[in-house]
Amino acid sequence: MTFINYASREINCKIVYYGPGLGGKTTNIQHIYDRSNNDAKGKLISLATETDRTLFFDFLPLELGAIRGFRTRFHLYTVPGQVFYDASRKLILKGLDGIVFVADSQDVRMDANIESIHNLRDNLSEHGYDLDRIPYVLQLNKRDLPSALPLEEMTRQLRIDEEPVFEAVAFKGEGVFTTLKSAIRLVMLDLKNR
Amino acid sequence: MSYSDLVILEEHHRRFTETLGALRKDASARLVFLVDKNGQQIASDGDLGDLDPTSLASLTAGNVAATDGLAKLIGEEEFSILFHEGEHDNLHINVVGGRAILVVLFDERSSLGLVRLRVKKAVSELIAVLEDVAAHTKAQKTATLSASPFTEITDDDIEALFK
Repeated sequence: MTFINYASREINCKIVYYGPGLGGKTTNIQHIYDRSNNDAKGKLISLATETDRTLFFDFLPLELGAIRGFRTRFHLYTVPGQVFYDASRKLILKGLDGIVFVADSQDVRMDANIESIHNLRDNLSEHGYDLDRIPYVLQLNKRDLPSALPLEEMTRQLRIDEEPVFEAVAFKGEGVFTTLKSAIRLVMLDLKNR
Repeated sequence: MSYSDLVILEEHHRRFTETLGALRKDASARLVFLVDKNGQQIASDGDLGDLDPTSLASLTAGNVAATDGLAKLIGEEEFSILFHEGEHDNLHINVVGGRAILVVLFDERSSLGLVRLRVKKAVSELIAVLEDVAAHTKAQKTATLSASPFTEITDDDIEALFK
């Protein structure tokens, strides 16, 4: 749900990073925070457990340039990926404008990836959203691991339509900004076409 | 897709700010803040000091969202009022019209009773403005496409964001 403030000439959009536990959602956000200019980023909020597992959400506000005289601000959120935090995941999805799905490329995590996509679809529909109609980007993370499945296999199993797919090694920053830019692009195009 | 954009005109912002300003004075509060339930700051009045408004908005919305979840779990529609008592400062949080969140930050110069009393009046004024916002947003959706400033966004406009 885009927030357009004519008084302050601002557009605010929400992008949610979704995916199975320990897949790299928080790593993506942390890298974006670390590498963004100080004047483009706000404070990074991480509501996490003592063992640094996301408990509720991570939140990072980013301000990019102006478009048609409106400052564009993107609120990036991650959800907790562990299965039993589903109630919290549902809350974070509310009012979103775009999704980045962070998949774990390890072969032993493919079931978790698939379950997470189904979970995403179900949680979205509870809010009245249709996953097939929301700006959506698929990131295949952990491409550096020896157990990473081939790109074709990952894409075949996880791609839901014709969404952009990006390979990433998030802890090194590879693919992180490419993924984010694609998501932002899709959100802005969706805004244009509404 | 089921969603509704939130569009705040200058007129709405002015009315929000006036109501918040009056509330802050009447309640002797330090800061009064209106946040959309999705975590976007709508308007504020008072001294932010070192407070980061974006963080405040996001955490407040998360707080209310989690509390909403708890309420539904036990069969309540919502918990519309939350109060957090600190050693020096306190937060009074009120859900407004099911759409926005009113946050009052106050210290020993005020009291919970006074804040709750003044908030009641402010809430009804804010609901009136929110209804106008909703009506305008709905009207804009059915207006001609050229009414939106974003229908003319080009690919170059979008690419320029990343430069």
